[in-house]
Amino acid sequence: MGMQIAFFLFSLIAIVGALLVVTTRRLFHSALALVLSFVGVAGLYILLEAEFLAAIQILIYVGAIALLILFAIMLTRHLMDPKARAFNDQWWIAALAAGFLFLILLAMIVRVPWPVRAVAVPQNLIENLGASFVGEYLVPFEVVSILLMAALIGAIIIARER
Amino acid sequence: MPLSWYLLVAAALFCIGLYGVLARRNAIGILMGVELMLNAVNLNLVAFWRYINPSDLSGLVFAIFVIAVAAAEAAVGLAIIISIYRNRDTVNVEEVDLMRG
Repeated sequence: MGMQIAFFLFSLIAIVGALLVVTTRRLFHSALALVLSFVGVAGLYILLEAEFLAAIQILIYVGAIALLILFAIMLTRHLMDPKARAFNDQWWIAALAAGFLFLILLAMIVRVPWPVRAVAVPQNLIENLGASFVGEYLVPFEVVSILLMAALIGAIIIARER
Repeated sequence: MPLSWYLLVAAALFCIGLYGVLARRNAIGILMGVELMLNAVNLNLVAFWRYINPSDLSGLVFAIFVIAVAAAEAAVGLAIIISIYRNRDTVNVEEVDLMRG
Protein backbone atom coordinates (compact mmCIF):
# COMPACT_ATOMS: atom_id res chain seq x y z
CA MET A 1 0.00 0.00 0.00
CA GLY A 2 2.78 2.40 0.93
CA MET A 3 4.55 1.51 -2.30
CA GLN A 4 1.44 2.40 -4.29
CA ILE A 5 1.04 5.75 -2.54
CA ALA A 6 4.72 6.52 -3.21
CA PHE A 7 4.31 5.43 -6.84
CA PHE A 8 1.33 7.73 -7.38
CA LEU A 9 3.05 10.60 -5.59
CA PHE A 10 6.26 10.35 -7.63
CA SER A 11 4.35 9.80 -10.91
CA LEU A 12 2.24 12.86 -10.12
CA ILE A 13 5.37 14.93 -9.44
CA ALA A 14 7.00 13.72 -12.68
CA ILE A 15 3.94 14.24 -14.89
CA VAL A 16 2.79 17.55 -13.39
CA GLY A 17 6.37 18.82 -13.64
CA ALA A 18 6.53 17.74 -17.29
CA LEU A 19 3.19 19.39 -18.05
CA LEU A 20 4.41 22.63 -16.47
CA VAL A 21 7.61 22.42 -18.56
CA VAL A 22 5.65 22.45 -21.82
CA THR A 23 2.85 24.83 -20.81
CA THR A 24 4.33 27.73 -18.83
CA ARG A 25 5.06 30.83 -20.87
CA ARG A 26 8.16 31.85 -18.94
CA LEU A 27 11.10 29.66 -19.83
CA PHE A 28 12.74 30.14 -16.44
CA HIS A 29 9.69 28.65 -14.72
CA SER A 30 9.65 25.73 -17.10
CA ALA A 31 13.32 25.01 -16.30
CA LEU A 32 12.41 24.89 -12.60
CA ALA A 33 9.48 22.56 -13.42
CA LEU A 34 11.96 20.39 -15.33
CA VAL A 35 13.90 19.94 -12.06
CA LEU A 36 10.64 18.87 -10.38
CA SER A 37 10.00 16.29 -13.10
CA PHE A 38 13.57 14.92 -12.82
CA VAL A 39 13.14 14.52 -9.05
CA GLY A 40 9.87 12.63 -9.62
CA VAL A 41 11.60 10.24 -12.04
CA ALA A 42 14.44 9.76 -9.51
CA GLY A 43 11.80 8.73 -6.94
CA LEU A 44 10.41 6.19 -9.41
CA TYR A 45 13.95 4.78 -9.83
CA ILE A 46 14.14 4.30 -6.06
CA LEU A 47 10.81 2.42 -6.15
CA LEU A 48 12.28 0.24 -8.93
CA GLU A 49 15.24 -0.53 -6.61
CA ALA A 50 17.72 1.24 -8.87
CA GLU A 51 19.07 3.53 -6.13
CA PHE A 52 22.37 4.03 -7.95
CA LEU A 53 20.54 5.35 -11.00
CA ALA A 54 18.43 7.62 -8.78
CA ALA A 55 21.63 9.12 -7.39
CA ILE A 56 23.01 9.58 -10.91
CA GLN A 57 19.71 11.14 -11.98
CA ILE A 58 19.89 13.71 -9.17
CA LEU A 59 23.60 14.43 -9.73
CA ILE A 60 23.60 14.70 -13.53
CA TYR A 61 20.10 15.83 -14.49
CA VAL A 62 19.24 18.04 -11.51
CA GLY A 63 22.79 19.09 -10.71
CA ALA A 64 24.33 19.53 -14.15
CA ILE A 65 21.85 19.56 -17.05
CA ALA A 66 19.19 21.71 -15.33
CA LEU A 67 21.90 24.14 -14.21
CA LEU A 68 23.29 24.33 -17.76
CA ILE A 69 19.79 25.06 -19.10
CA LEU A 70 19.24 27.77 -16.46
CA PHE A 71 22.57 29.37 -17.46
CA ALA A 72 21.60 29.32 -21.13
CA ILE A 73 18.21 30.89 -20.32
CA MET A 74 19.87 33.64 -18.30
CA LEU A 75 22.44 34.32 -21.04
CA THR A 76 19.71 34.73 -23.67
CA ARG A 77 16.99 36.06 -21.41
CA HIS A 78 16.41 39.66 -22.44
CA LEU A 79 15.33 38.38 -25.86
CA MET A 80 12.37 36.53 -24.46
CA ASP A 81 9.59 39.01 -23.90
CA PRO A 82 7.13 37.28 -21.55
CA LYS A 83 4.28 38.69 -23.61
CA ALA A 84 5.60 37.15 -26.84
CA ARG A 85 4.07 33.91 -28.10
CA ALA A 86 5.77 30.92 -26.52
CA PHE A 87 4.25 28.40 -28.95
CA ASN A 88 4.20 28.25 -32.74
CA ASP A 89 1.12 28.26 -34.99
CA GLN A 90 1.03 24.47 -35.25
CA TRP A 91 0.83 23.87 -31.49
CA TRP A 92 -2.63 22.27 -31.76
CA ILE A 93 -1.38 19.82 -34.42
CA ALA A 94 1.52 18.99 -32.09
CA ALA A 95 -0.94 18.42 -29.23
CA LEU A 96 -3.07 16.18 -31.45
CA ALA A 97 -0.03 14.19 -32.58
CA ALA A 98 1.25 13.76 -29.00
CA GLY A 99 -2.22 12.75 -27.76
CA PHE A 100 -2.64 10.27 -30.62
CA LEU A 101 0.78 8.72 -29.91
CA PHE A 102 -0.18 8.40 -26.24
CA LEU A 103 -3.39 6.59 -27.16
CA ILE A 104 -1.45 4.16 -29.40
CA LEU A 105 1.09 3.49 -26.64
CA LEU A 106 -1.74 3.09 -24.09
CA ALA A 107 -3.52 0.51 -26.23
CA MET A 108 -0.25 -1.37 -26.79
CA ILE A 109 0.90 -1.31 -23.15
CA VAL A 110 -2.47 -2.57 -21.90
CA ARG A 111 -2.76 -5.36 -24.48
CA VAL A 112 0.72 -6.88 -24.57
CA PRO A 113 1.17 -9.72 -22.01
CA TRP A 114 4.53 -8.66 -20.58
CA PRO A 115 6.68 -11.64 -19.52
CA VAL A 116 7.09 -10.35 -15.95
CA ARG A 117 9.05 -12.48 -13.49
CA ALA A 118 9.09 -11.86 -9.76
CA VAL A 119 12.85 -12.04 -9.18
CA ALA A 120 14.68 -10.19 -6.41
CA VAL A 121 17.38 -7.71 -7.32
CA PRO A 122 20.88 -9.22 -6.79
CA GLN A 123 22.53 -8.17 -3.54
CA ASN A 124 25.82 -6.90 -4.99
CA LEU A 125 24.15 -4.86 -7.74
CA ILE A 126 26.51 -1.88 -7.82
CA GLU A 127 29.55 -4.17 -7.70
CA ASN A 128 28.20 -6.15 -10.67
CA LEU A 129 27.42 -2.92 -12.50
CA GLY A 130 30.98 -1.67 -12.03
CA ALA A 131 32.41 -5.01 -13.13
CA SER A 132 30.25 -5.06 -16.27
CA PHE A 133 31.48 -1.58 -17.23
CA VAL A 134 35.08 -2.79 -17.29
CA GLY A 135 34.19 -6.25 -18.58
CA GLU A 136 31.28 -6.98 -20.87
CA TYR A 137 30.59 -3.35 -21.81
CA LEU A 138 34.20 -2.11 -21.97
CA VAL A 139 34.11 -0.95 -25.60
CA PRO A 140 30.79 0.99 -25.36
CA PHE A 141 32.04 2.50 -22.08
CA GLU A 142 35.21 3.79 -23.75
CA VAL A 143 33.22 5.04 -26.75
CA VAL A 144 30.90 6.98 -24.41
CA SER A 145 33.88 8.55 -22.65
CA ILE A 146 35.32 9.63 -26.01
CA LEU A 147 31.89 10.97 -27.02
CA LEU A 148 31.66 13.01 -23.81
CA MET A 149 35.13 14.46 -24.26
CA ALA A 150 34.50 15.31 -27.93
CA ALA A 151 31.15 16.89 -27.04
CA LEU A 152 32.66 19.02 -24.28
CA ILE A 153 35.57 20.22 -26.45
CA GLY A 154 33.10 20.87 -29.28
CA ALA A 155 30.80 22.82 -26.96
CA ILE A 156 33.67 25.06 -25.83
CA ILE A 157 34.76 25.70 -29.43
CA ILE A 158 31.22 26.42 -30.66
CA ALA A 159 30.30 28.76 -27.78
CA ARG A 160 33.66 30.60 -27.65
CA GLU A 161 33.81 34.32 -28.45
CA ARG A 162 35.47 34.90 -31.79
CA MET B 1 2.71 -2.67 -8.85
CA PRO B 2 2.31 -4.02 -12.36
CA LEU B 3 4.95 -3.19 -14.96
CA SER B 4 2.37 -1.47 -17.17
CA TRP B 5 1.90 1.38 -14.67
CA TYR B 6 5.54 2.38 -15.04
CA LEU B 7 5.26 2.05 -18.81
CA LEU B 8 2.18 4.30 -18.79
CA VAL B 9 3.99 6.99 -16.78
CA ALA B 10 6.92 6.77 -19.20
CA ALA B 11 4.57 6.99 -22.21
CA ALA B 12 2.90 10.07 -20.73
CA LEU B 13 6.28 11.74 -20.10
CA PHE B 14 7.40 10.89 -23.65
CA CYS B 15 4.27 12.37 -25.24
CA ILE B 16 4.46 15.53 -23.11
CA GLY B 17 8.09 15.95 -24.15
CA LEU B 18 7.14 15.38 -27.80
CA TYR B 19 4.52 18.12 -27.54
CA GLY B 20 7.13 20.46 -26.05
CA VAL B 21 9.58 19.72 -28.88
CA LEU B 22 6.96 20.29 -31.59
CA ALA B 23 5.19 23.34 -30.13
CA ARG B 24 7.86 25.52 -28.50
CA ARG B 25 9.31 28.46 -30.39
CA ASN B 26 12.32 28.90 -28.13
CA ALA B 27 15.23 26.56 -28.89
CA ILE B 28 15.94 26.07 -25.16
CA GLY B 29 12.30 25.01 -24.68
CA ILE B 30 12.77 22.41 -27.42
CA LEU B 31 15.89 21.11 -25.68
CA MET B 32 13.92 20.73 -22.43
CA GLY B 33 11.33 18.66 -24.32
CA VAL B 34 14.12 16.39 -25.59
CA GLU B 35 15.37 15.93 -22.02
CA LEU B 36 11.87 14.87 -20.94
CA MET B 37 11.73 12.31 -23.75
CA LEU B 38 15.14 10.88 -22.80
CA ASN B 39 13.94 10.60 -19.20
CA ALA B 40 10.90 8.64 -20.34
CA VAL B 41 13.12 6.24 -22.30
CA ASN B 42 15.31 5.73 -19.22
CA LEU B 43 12.29 5.02 -17.05
CA ASN B 44 11.22 2.35 -19.57
CA LEU B 45 14.69 0.77 -19.57
CA VAL B 46 14.85 0.62 -15.78
CA ALA B 47 11.28 -0.72 -15.45
CA PHE B 48 11.98 -3.51 -17.95
CA TRP B 49 15.25 -4.34 -16.19
CA ARG B 50 13.50 -4.63 -12.82
CA TYR B 51 10.47 -6.60 -13.94
CA ILE B 52 11.84 -8.93 -16.62
CA ASN B 53 15.34 -9.96 -15.57
CA PRO B 54 17.09 -8.04 -12.76
CA SER B 55 20.20 -10.22 -12.90
CA ASP B 56 20.90 -9.10 -16.49
CA LEU B 57 22.31 -5.60 -16.09
CA SER B 58 22.05 -4.45 -19.71
CA GLY B 59 18.97 -2.31 -18.99
CA LEU B 60 20.76 -0.34 -16.28
CA VAL B 61 23.94 -0.08 -18.34
CA PHE B 62 21.98 1.34 -21.28
CA ALA B 63 20.19 3.79 -19.00
CA ILE B 64 23.58 5.07 -17.83
CA PHE B 65 24.75 5.39 -21.46
CA VAL B 66 21.57 7.34 -22.27
CA ILE B 67 22.31 9.72 -19.39
CA ALA B 68 25.86 10.26 -20.71
CA VAL B 69 24.57 10.91 -24.23
CA ALA B 70 21.94 13.30 -22.82
CA ALA B 71 24.66 15.24 -21.02
CA ALA B 72 26.69 15.51 -24.25
CA GLU B 73 23.57 16.54 -26.17
CA ALA B 74 22.68 19.24 -23.65
CA ALA B 75 26.22 20.67 -23.69
CA VAL B 76 26.49 20.80 -27.49
CA GLY B 77 22.88 21.93 -27.96
CA LEU B 78 23.20 24.83 -25.54
CA ALA B 79 26.55 25.82 -27.07
CA ILE B 80 24.90 25.95 -30.51
CA ILE B 81 22.00 28.00 -29.08
CA ILE B 82 24.41 30.51 -27.50
CA SER B 83 26.37 30.71 -30.76
CA ILE B 84 23.16 31.36 -32.75
CA TYR B 85 22.15 33.98 -30.20
CA ARG B 86 25.49 35.75 -30.64
CA ASN B 87 25.49 35.68 -34.43
CA ARG B 88 21.80 36.19 -35.23
CA ASP B 89 20.43 37.78 -32.05
CA THR B 90 17.61 35.26 -31.71
CA VAL B 91 16.86 31.94 -30.03
CA ASN B 92 13.58 31.51 -31.89
CA VAL B 93 13.74 28.48 -34.16
CA GLU B 94 11.28 30.03 -36.63
CA GLU B 95 13.79 32.78 -37.42
CA VAL B 96 16.75 30.43 -37.88
CA ASP B 97 16.15 29.40 -41.50
CA LEU B 98 19.56 29.80 -43.15
CA MET B 99 19.35 26.32 -44.69
CA ARG B 100 15.86 26.75 -46.08
CA GLY B 101 15.77 25.59 -49.71
